[in-house]
Amino acid sequence: MNAPAYNFAYLDEQTKRMIRRAILKAIAVPGYQVPFASREMPMPYGWGTGGVQVTAAILGRDDVLKVIDQGSDDTTNAISIRKFFAKTAGVATTTSTADATVIQTRHRIPEASLHAGQVLVYQVPIPEPLRFLEPRETETRRMHALGEYGLMHVKLYEDIARFGHIATSYAYPVKVNARYVMDPSPTPKFDNPKMDNCAALQLFGAGREKRIYAIPPYTSVVSLDFEDHPFNRYRHDAPCALCGANDSYLDEIVTDDKGSRMFVCSDTDFCETRQAQGHRGSESAAPHEEMVHG
Amino acid sequence: MADQEKDDDQPLLMAEGLGKSYGRLIACRDVSFALYPGEVLAIVGESGSGKSTLLQLLSAQLAPSAGRVSYRMRDGVMRDLASLGEAERRFLFRTDWGYVHQDPAQGLRMAVSAGANVGERLMAVGWNHYGRIRDTASSWLERVEIDIARIDDAPRTYSGGMRQRLQIARNLVTGPLLVFMDEPTGGLDVSVQARLLDLMRNLVSELGLAAIVVTHDLAVARLLSHRVMVMKGGRVIETGLTDQVLDDPREPYTQLLVSSILPA
Amino acid sequence: MTAMIELSDAQKSFVMHLQGGIELPVVRGVSFHVVSGECVVLSGPSGAGKSSILKMIFGNYRCGGGRIGIRHQGKVIDLAKAEPRQVLSVRRSTIGYVSQFLRAVPRVATIDVVAEPLIVNGTSRAEAREKAGALLRRLNIPERLWPLPPSTFSGGEQQRVNIARGFISDLPILLLDEPTASLDAANRAVVVELIEQKKRQGVAMVAIVHDDEIRQEIADRIVDVTSFAAAA
Repeated sequence: MNAPAYNFAYLDEQTKRMIRRAILKAIAVPGYQVPFASREMPMPYGWGTGGVQVTAAILGRDDVLKVIDQGSDDTTNAISIRKFFAKTAGVATTTSTADATVIQTRHRIPEASLHAGQVLVYQVPIPEPLRFLEPRETETRRMHALGEYGLMHVKLYEDIARFGHIATSYAYPVKVNARYVMDPSPTPKFDNPKMDNCAALQLFGAGREKRIYAIPPYTSVVSLDFEDHPFNRYRHDAPCALCGANDSYLDEIVTDDKGSRMFVCSDTDFCETRQAQGHRGSESAAPHEEMVHG
Repeated sequence: MADQEKDDDQPLLMAEGLGKSYGRLIACRDVSFALYPGEVLAIVGESGSGKSTLLQLLSAQLAPSAGRVSYRMRDGVMRDLASLGEAERRFLFRTDWGYVHQDPAQGLRMAVSAGANVGERLMAVGWNHYGRIRDTASSWLERVEIDIARIDDAPRTYSGGMRQRLQIARNLVTGPLLVFMDEPTGGLDVSVQARLLDLMRNLVSELGLAAIVVTHDLAVARLLSHRVMVMKGGRVIETGLTDQVLDDPREPYTQLLVSSILPA
Repeated sequence: MTAMIELSDAQKSFVMHLQGGIELPVVRGVSFHVVSGECVVLSGPSGAGKSSILKMIFGNYRCGGGRIGIRHQGKVIDLAKAEPRQVLSVRRSTIGYVSQFLRAVPRVATIDVVAEPLIVNGTSRAEAREKAGALLRRLNIPERLWPLPPSTFSGGEQQRVNIARGFISDLPILLLDEPTASLDAANRAVVVELIEQKKRQGVAMVAIVHDDEIRQEIADRIVDVTSFAAAA
């Protein structure tokens, strides 16, 4: 299956080495954004070029790859990246969180807890958490270097002043290893606690911005907050309509143009696994029943 | 208060033989003086006289070509500003020092609410309680005569005078000992200027602040400062009590400056 | 009794650089002293340098030579050589000055203009305002004017505000430059009373008064400035 025109996993070995050096440095300094010479990839920026380069650099022939986009294994983006590596590296792919050794993700962390030896690769659009408040890169780098993070709380302050609570619901800033403030990529803040003390290695790649950062296994990751407005992980107050799960992150699916909707797990593997185990939700038997009262 | 009384005999900031040149161009040369706690010093002179360069040297934003500036840290030790690490210098700017820019847009975050503009310095020194940050910001807005109802509005919706008052609140919230001001009333209407000057005068005396004010406006110097330094061609040509220098100017250039004021 | 003010051989001249650097002598050989509870009135024709001497004692004009000894916090300070900081300290706790014209910040209320010297020295705002109110009432400034800035007042009203501001503190030395110039008889009498009161409190005063009648009433000694006038 390996197309002869490409090196293993598309990138040439020199490039992989360069990226691995950046990754090693990132692991050594948890949460610190390491610049790297991001390459042009055969897909547009915004389609996960940073994550793809990190995955390409760490993938071995024995690895089992899973790719998710918003928790789902079967969206265009997930499928095309999975196929990309199946074709260029010939590695085995899977949709099972437990079976994968490398999981590339956009916007979610799987519900099933990760285990030692796994690597979670995040696709990152904007790595700099201070960017929207301080546009000068020279200044934000200095702030990171000196640990001046008052500005990050300004963002949270603005939320509370405007909405009465911290309304930031994704890309919620965290402090890694009690040192660097980091943008966890646009994952929902529901997933933030999963990053803390996680058994798997977490790598973050931003292709357009040319930055790689990392959270080594078992590192403390704390979501920023105020004493009187503590961090809370938001979740729609409903069980999954398909598997009945009460503790998973839910997607809201609009089912018609009259306001009907249903909530289902965003992690498709998690949901399907539960359904296979016999768990049922309100919609799983007769998915169209809601139309009656809709 | 008693501590402050005791410390008043020690200078807060000292300049010794301070100079700055850019190649052959000398922006400022051989400036020496001592500033004591609670003292307001005005630096006056025309555009290009070197007063803004001097302010930047004094506030450690520019490295001197000659001489040095030392500042008495909270532990009572005089430190050469050039020997401070960047982290220490920036810490000074968030705590002990304030800097009021002529253009408020340079000193404020224009897209962030007034409350957060004032609160930022508190959060920067570790305040972590929203309610307390907001209360403190509110009381400061009140002190600088900004309607509390505007606390969640961004300064880009404020008038020039309000912006300048907000900038002052943002600077004073952490209780600095020394405030640098660069033409603080420049670009404001005369009536707005008067209100701002009155406010600054009261705050400076109530808080016992030391201040270094750069201005080309002798009226500002007279109202705000205890002492004045007159600059010309990068040198300090005359210095003394403000009313002494303005009422009994000695140097030809100072006499020219004073005689150039239009009668009110 | 120890002198509160002691001038010896003080002199002053202006160099007018804008007029080709001509030197304008004002006074020289100024020597006199003032003790506690005494009011010395300077006399002499206009231009003899009375106001200049007052300004030299206040440190407003720099002294060109000689000595201006001021008893400040138990020690004698020579104002002719004092550091700006010392002069400020002397003004804060030793010398008060009632100038001919009121110089106030544009927007400040009359009551606060008067109360300010006390507040600067640590009196609470409320107490300072109360004292200021009492003085203004005594000087017949109607209460409805107190919240207004004095810049809109008539010359006589402004002068009375100025007097209130000068008399409010309990400083051991007071300099008075024409305190009664534009006042009516009733208010002149109030000022004379205030001066008497200060004398009883042991305040040393130097005054310039043109009105012969007032001069007779307040002067303990008269120093003729004519002899100090520097020959042009």
